[in-house]
Amino acid sequence: MTDTTMRATADRPSVGIFGPHILVFGTFVVATVALAALFPPLDTWPEEWVLPVREWVTEFFAWLGAVAKPVTRTIAWLLAQPLAFVEAVLYRGVPDWGLKPLPWVAVVAGAVLIGHWLAGARLALFAGSCTAYLAVFGLWQDSMQTLSIVLVTVPLAAGAGLALGIWATRSARADKVLNAALDLMQATPHMAYLAPVVVLFGFGQVPAMLATLIFAVPPMARCTILGIRTVPSDVMEAGRMSGCTTRQLLWKVELPAAQQTLLLGLNQVVMQTLAMVVIASLVGASGLGQKLLYSLQQLQIGKAVEQGIAITLIAIVLDRLTRAAMHRAPQRIPDGTAWHVRHVHLVAFLAITLGAVLLAQVLPQLSVLPRNMTLSFGQPINDVVRWISRNLYAYIKPVRDTITIWLLLPIRDFYLWLPWTTFIGFLALIGWYLGGLRLALVPVCLLGFMMVAGFWTPLMLTIYLVTGCTILAIMIGVPTGIWASRHPRGAKVTLTICDTLQTFPSFIYLIPVIMLLQTSDLSNVIAMLAYATVPAVRYTYLGMILVPKATVEAATASGANARQRLWKVELPIALPEILLGINQTIMMALSMVAITALIGSRDLGQEIYKALPGAETGRGLIAGIGIAFIGITADRLIGAWARRRKKDLGLA
Amino acid sequence: MKIVSRFMRAGLLGAAFASAAIGGAKAEDSADPIKIILNNWSSQVVFANVVGQLLEKQGKAVEYVPSDGQLQFMALANNDMDFQIEVWEGSHHESFVKSVAAGALDLGTHDAVTREDWWYPSYMNEMCPGLPDWKALDACAEKLATAETGTKGRFVGPPADWGKHYSERIEALGMNFQEVPVGQAATLWAELQAAYDRKEPIVLFNWTPNFIEAKFEGQFIEFPVFEPECWSDPAWGQNPDKIYDCGAPAKGYLKKAGSKQLVEKWPDAAAFLKKVNLTNPQFASAAALVDVDGLTPEDAATKWIADNEATWKPWTE
Repeated sequence: MTDTTMRATADRPSVGIFGPHILVFGTFVVATVALAALFPPLDTWPEEWVLPVREWVTEFFAWLGAVAKPVTRTIAWLLAQPLAFVEAVLYRGVPDWGLKPLPWVAVVAGAVLIGHWLAGARLALFAGSCTAYLAVFGLWQDSMQTLSIVLVTVPLAAGAGLALGIWATRSARADKVLNAALDLMQATPHMAYLAPVVVLFGFGQVPAMLATLIFAVPPMARCTILGIRTVPSDVMEAGRMSGCTTRQLLWKVELPAAQQTLLLGLNQVVMQTLAMVVIASLVGASGLGQKLLYSLQQLQIGKAVEQGIAITLIAIVLDRLTRAAMHRAPQRIPDGTAWHVRHVHLVAFLAITLGAVLLAQVLPQLSVLPRNMTLSFGQPINDVVRWISRNLYAYIKPVRDTITIWLLLPIRDFYLWLPWTTFIGFLALIGWYLGGLRLALVPVCLLGFMMVAGFWTPLMLTIYLVTGCTILAIMIGVPTGIWASRHPRGAKVTLTICDTLQTFPSFIYLIPVIMLLQTSDLSNVIAMLAYATVPAVRYTYLGMILVPKATVEAATASGANARQRLWKVELPIALPEILLGINQTIMMALSMVAITALIGSRDLGQEIYKALPGAETGRGLIAGIGIAFIGITADRLIGAWARRRKKDLGLA
Repeated sequence: MKIVSRFMRAGLLGAAFASAAIGGAKAEDSADPIKIILNNWSSQVVFANVVGQLLEKQGKAVEYVPSDGQLQFMALANNDMDFQIEVWEGSHHESFVKSVAAGALDLGTHDAVTREDWWYPSYMNEMCPGLPDWKALDACAEKLATAETGTKGRFVGPPADWGKHYSERIEALGMNFQEVPVGQAATLWAELQAAYDRKEPIVLFNWTPNFIEAKFEGQFIEFPVFEPECWSDPAWGQNPDKIYDCGAPAKGYLKKAGSKQLVEKWPDAAAFLKKVNLTNPQFASAAALVDVDGLTPEDAATKWIADNEATWKPWTE
């Protein structure tokens, strides 16, 4: 720790971030702005100094794509085989052999039986009715296409994550490299992976699967590392004493002991895979995602909602099933029980499938539900959206204009005006003050790289959108969180809404948002807001609940009124949690930046999206990494600040 | 069940052989599925299905693959996809030329012509007298201004990378307008639908043939008529120093494209696909089956085939 920070901690334990250094910061800003005015290269990085990094990356991938084609195509072929099998079972059948796919009735029965096997009647009913929704709303074929990709991707991602995780626990160097790589992989928006995948692997279900894989592996690897690390040492000791080889130790001791954490990882893999469904359809994955984008293209919001719900339901069912698997106690079956009693669920499934296949010869409705027997609530939703757009616009327009003119445009103009020396230097100074040289180098290296690579304007526009979104998210999320912490019943409702907001495919929000707010920066911000407010609410709620009861009572006893108690006691104590929430809000907003490209923006998200058609790998990948860099910078700075606060409050 | 179907298969195969024998000794098409590209606008999806169903009637295997409007051209050159029914001069020309250079096939031009330009709904005729002339629109700019564009009129433009040079046109013609590019076509339609419902003025990028003309009334803004020199010679047109001081070409081509392997692997099918030829009203009415009547694209294709035998019969002969 440097001298300055030491002194700062000693002198003024609980002042805000600037504290006694306000002079230093002020002088620095004035000096850099003045210098930038004198020396234009300090204001805007000259175009002729831009390194053609994006061209290098694009050429590298083009070269790799050409050279490695036999290899990549073989990999693609290998991956296509299990997919083809699952597809044949679920919806394609094998026409050459006259085999039909599983009747929908059998798949629904399968969901019911798995639910019953894992957690009893309630889960069985839930899983069954969710699966039935897919058939009843005429989404069967598309859902099964999506489910096929999910069912093949999940084991692959889980296997790869497990292998990487085990490797990291075996080698310290691997751990270090992997940790940095995982950070970057998770902070880069999914869309950025599409261009390189297309160049290397072409189009269709398999490349879509690979892009999904990249996104779904990190949580599994993380959970594996965590799980193995937290195996109690006496368990390991017992294993060693009983003479296990290293391999036996891994398979018979460590992994079984880490089972719960591993299942949590699996659960995350499932959720991430489904989060990719819509985006993967941009590179040729057919199924619900593709149909959803098509519905949006036709402005059939209602239909898109039906399809979005189908994706959400598949996610929720798989989520509940894996969770149930985590909590399921091992069952004891007395020896000598007959095979069909031990495997009663399997037997029931086989019987129902056989029955359904046979009955379907007479009653084809059991195999594929004909369209005239399906339902739709699409039209009423379309009507509601258009009604709102027609009748409430008069009230929304003034709000929109006020926020645009007084909040967004000033921030945008300010950021675009800022000389790069001031901006990067200012962040570096904060970093230096909070964590010394190492932290100061983070913004310099990461944001500096983006500037040198020629992405300054989109970078600043991204930061602008994220700033605007974060401000609004705090204004909405923090009060909501505080309110929820005071009303237990309200908290339940609020948290449920938060859950729903996060699993629903974000693309659907876009069209209503555009209808109400037009193609504008506010639309971009609002589209991000739906996701980004959730962590602000959650962490504020958590922080407020964790404030020690005794402290609050002491404040009341010493005569603080409700307002003083909130501002002087509760909020300062909850601040580290709230800061973490804001950190997560920024991450969520960043992960949504790529989506704003579909509304119309000029940020890094747009760069990613534009890079897709021309397979400009460099442009897309670097823009994606740039988004990750913003996230990492914010994360490191806010993290250091929160730790500092905790220490000052004596909470650490 | 398996046995029964095996018999049926044998029977079908026999029938197929018989018909092939009657039809004369043509080169045998591969049994692999022909991969037909699906994009995300209705006319394309309907006619992709029409062509697919007609191919199936001829005993070919068909598979539909969804794709982005630009990425598909790489796929055609790589034999990842085999047939595209709509190649637009305005938005696909560059990628298409590149793709043909890399081995993809130009399967000929439809009778239909395409136009892409600024477009406005008819109710604006009263708000801005003199439309569709571009000068009348320019005089009307303030009615189209928003918080973000200030006093300038707002033109909702195509995605920034479609290469339309509208900002340059605004500058060259000295118009009091600002282009706000959208991210994707759906955003354009959402803007139009909302403005149309509220009878608000709006000027946006649009093209024909598409489903919009079946759902909304409106027309293109008339800019100075396009001539090739306008895009290359600054001296041409009313601005002596700048190019792009004119409208877009009003009659662009609409082509069909095939994969490198199409002719070798499925010579029969390729001959049929070359003959497929559609007109503007046919594209618009097929799009309307989906967008106005609410049929699924598959059903719309079946209906179209049933209703238009006179059109497609000659292609198959």
